[in-house]
Amino acid sequence: MNFREISRNGLWDQNIVLSQILGMCPTMAVTTSGTNGLGMGLATTAVLVCSNMLISSVRAFVSPQVRIPVYIVLIATLVTLVDMSLNAWMHDLYRVLGLFIALIVVNCAVLGRAEAFASRSGVLASALDGLFMGLGFTASLTVIGLIRELIGAGTLFAQASLLLGPAFAFLEIKVLPNYGGMLMMILPPAGFLVLGLLLALRRLFELRAAARTTPATAVPDAVAGCH
Amino acid sequence: MSTLALWRDKLAYQPVSLGIVAMLSGLALVVANTATLPGIAAAEQRDLQTSLEQVLPSGFASNDLVRDTILVSGGDGPPRTVYRARTAAGAICGTVFQVSGRGYAGDINILIGLDRDGRLLGARVIKHQETPGLGDKIESAKSRWIDDFAGKSLSSPPPAQWAVKKDGGVFDQFAGATITPRAVVKAVRQGLEFYAAHRAEILNDSPKESTR
Repeated sequence: MNFREISRNGLWDQNIVLSQILGMCPTMAVTTSGTNGLGMGLATTAVLVCSNMLISSVRAFVSPQVRIPVYIVLIATLVTLVDMSLNAWMHDLYRVLGLFIALIVVNCAVLGRAEAFASRSGVLASALDGLFMGLGFTASLTVIGLIRELIGAGTLFAQASLLLGPAFAFLEIKVLPNYGGMLMMILPPAGFLVLGLLLALRRLFELRAAARTTPATAVPDAVAGCH
Repeated sequence: MSTLALWRDKLAYQPVSLGIVAMLSGLALVVANTATLPGIAAAEQRDLQTSLEQVLPSGFASNDLVRDTILVSGGDGPPRTVYRARTAAGAICGTVFQVSGRGYAGDINILIGLDRDGRLLGARVIKHQETPGLGDKIESAKSRWIDDFAGKSLSSPPPAQWAVKKDGGVFDQFAGATITPRAVVKAVRQGLEFYAAHRAEILNDSPKESTR
């Protein structure tokens, strides 16, 4: 596994949302705006890097029969530690991200990476894998959030300065002034709609690409989503 | 490595290793909990302080509201904590307490600040799970709606008009969301009624009564 392959897998080929269809619970729940998607993505990225490194470094001691409970205990502990320390020492950030952090435990993409990559790779490679998988997740969530926000409320990155600090207030754009909003886009069903459209787009893109380079290699099978 | 691989295949290794992992995790959580407890308590205290200050005009209270509380048993539910604001001379000039109403999706918790006569100085929603983009206009960060409460009291507007416009009252509802503002208006009105019913107890300053 080299750097190029890991980054490509994380960002596109094995993208958690668009290819593996994992982590559907946070994907549907928090992508009501671009800012929320970004916040959830960044928090998940941090946890993914840490959990991948932790699991990679103990992988020699974990017996295959009990690996899943061991991983779950480790991930849940890690998320709780992050939750508590943010609450205590970075409380302003916690007020914004607090909602997302508890949800990360139920994101089976974290367990998925532990199982599929970190349990059989070195610490550095696992950290990189966590980073790029997280960034791919962040990008997908942000795009879904932006689409829903634009159609649902007519804005882009509303309240980004609450998440990223006042310096990022320039991101907040009111695209459609006096727009009444389309409520459905902010409610959960639109999460499925937008995700479905993005998956279809991705598929279209891949079919086009495959048609150009003749003997097409099979698209990696999507892992069945659990949330 | 090979001895480790041999050990790993033994039946006893599995429960023991899982047990060790669980114990170490538990230990880490205990240590982290102990280490973060004072920080979290201080941060929550600051949050409470900030919320309390938001429902009172700036410079209204000269005391530390968090330290000047009284428990008042209401008609239903557990006793409420009432925070009391004092002037520089030490007289009670206002109170802050939490009310809650049942919104579209669970309870809405609202902090209201009153002056001595039961007139609203301000209200802030501190916790809710209303629909984003629809019911969440009750948050002061998203809309100025909640500011309409300032200056209102039980007699102004008259009790019949303590409702959203759809129900013949004076408060705006949101397009497509009536349940949420209705719940907030009702909760605030109940808070005012609570204050009116317990005013003597809340404003009573003798230390023996205040710890009831």
